[in-house]
Amino acid sequence: MVEAWEFVVQHPDKLAEWTLSHLWLVFVAGGIALVLGVSLGLYISGKGRERIAETVLYFAEIAMTIPSLALFGLLMILLAAMGLKAIGFLPAVIALIVYGQLPIVRNTYIAIRQVEPAMIEVGKGMGMSERQILFKVTLPLALPIIMAGVRNALVLLTGIATIAAFIGAEGLGMPIFRGIQNNRMDLIIVGGVTVSILALLVDGLMALLERRVTPKGVKKR
Amino acid sequence: MIKLEKVSKVYPDGTEAVKEVSFEVEKGELCVLLGPSGCGKTTTMKMINRLIPITSGKIYLDGTDVTQVDENKLRRNIGYAIQDIGLFPHMTVGQNIETVPVLKGWPKAERKERAKALLELVRLDPGEFTRKYPSELSGGQRQRVGLARALAADPPTLLMDEPFGAIDPITRIDLQNEFLKIQQEIRKTIVFVTHDIYEAIKMGDKIALMKDGRLVQYGKPADLVYRPKDRFVEDFIGADRALKGLQLIRVKDVMDASPPMVKADEKVMAARERMMTQEVDWLGVVDDNGKFLGWVSRADLESGEMVRDIMVSSSIVATVNMVLNEALSLMLSSALNSLAVVDKDNRLEGVLTFDDIRRGLSEASQGEPE
Repeated sequence: MVEAWEFVVQHPDKLAEWTLSHLWLVFVAGGIALVLGVSLGLYISGKGRERIAETVLYFAEIAMTIPSLALFGLLMILLAAMGLKAIGFLPAVIALIVYGQLPIVRNTYIAIRQVEPAMIEVGKGMGMSERQILFKVTLPLALPIIMAGVRNALVLLTGIATIAAFIGAEGLGMPIFRGIQNNRMDLIIVGGVTVSILALLVDGLMALLERRVTPKGVKKR
Repeated sequence: MIKLEKVSKVYPDGTEAVKEVSFEVEKGELCVLLGPSGCGKTTTMKMINRLIPITSGKIYLDGTDVTQVDENKLRRNIGYAIQDIGLFPHMTVGQNIETVPVLKGWPKAERKERAKALLELVRLDPGEFTRKYPSELSGGQRQRVGLARALAADPPTLLMDEPFGAIDPITRIDLQNEFLKIQQEIRKTIVFVTHDIYEAIKMGDKIALMKDGRLVQYGKPADLVYRPKDRFVEDFIGADRALKGLQLIRVKDVMDASPPMVKADEKVMAARERMMTQEVDWLGVVDDNGKFLGWVSRADLESGEMVRDIMVSSSIVATVNMVLNEALSLMLSSALNSLAVVDKDNRLEGVLTFDDIRRGLSEASQGEPE
């Protein structure tokens, strides 16, 4: 413990660098996962797409059960075969996007589905176009649950991003990885504790955001 | 004006929800679509603003075939109100009311002005309610907002789907009366769906009674009550026809419109004289503005100097637009033989007695209640 603290004091720049690249990884992957996941969730919640929805959610669930190391390995092979950079940031981001899909797609799907059909019909009855119904009625009413999914995903990604160090992506996985290889307990602790704190911070921040986007009229109590 | 010509709705699975329904609603008229659940009344209504596509037949709105207009444009010009689930929970009362004006691109100031005027029309204080959310309102208040929202862009036509369905009976009666009062001012062409026969008789200028997708009888409420076309109509109206008939008549039509009255600030002597000359045993007491305060009877005249000192205050009153069965129910529950009838500002307009009710009813069942 003492050594870990000493390391922090002596190399704050190192720790900052790891933390920042870790966050950057989560941020980029999370951002793309958000756009992709919400779009996919919106698509599959459409009328008459129940079968597609089932399939998509099924695959998203399967993706979650692939061990992250295995997925990283798989991606390395795939990317190499496609002639792309097989180690470092790119495969890490792709893997994280895949992991982020389930909570986001699932929550978006559920969120849209729970909006009262009567609400949509009223919007229609007053002359709103499909697009206006989506942005003025469906999305505002679905937003709290979608945000809960995004929060879930981001916390998950913060943790999994640690393992990306094994395929050469920068982040807080690096000190842990090196610590294990060189039997440096202090590095393992520094990495582990920082990741945990980061995850808690992300969770707290997203909780705040979630509350902010919840329309006032539909807040519980 | 709304005109339906042999309108049918057949679903892909073969279900015939509406079969060759034709009727016409004149401008400024309120037409009630009435019938048991599953009779096709809501489907018929929703075909007017094309929420449900028409299978065959034509619907004209002020002479224009509704299928020839862009459906969103069409709907923005038809007010739409449904049961209280219809308000958007994530929008304030003000935002809810401004929905259609926003869609139509009205400038902000005009929208706000309109929302304020409409809240006043439905008797909600704009200062208090504009920023509230639907979840903070009572059922009755939500209905009022729903009505205000339907009227927001001042559409000539309104579609109302059981707008007073989800509220308690007492509030419902109040809202019905207020709505009728508002309708007298705004004169919209309205299609109003309900399964409540009392509501239909009370609200409708015309009633379209439906069964199994067909229009069984279309006419004035009195026609349905006193001249039912067949057994089904008869059964639907029910055995208590006389009581339903009470719904057809308004207090103002049968009341004594020149009731004996005295001001609270007059001397008891004056009251006594008036009773003698008008040969009555009681007088209605009003204040200087004609507002109803209470009663004074011959027996009260023995003591006191001013009418104010001896009168019996009363707040049980009928309003001019009440239908007779509401007035009758008020009489029975308050054990009064006569009711003071007041206008919306509580001014004494007349007196209604039990005899007036009986007379009105027998006239209605014999002649044409025009």
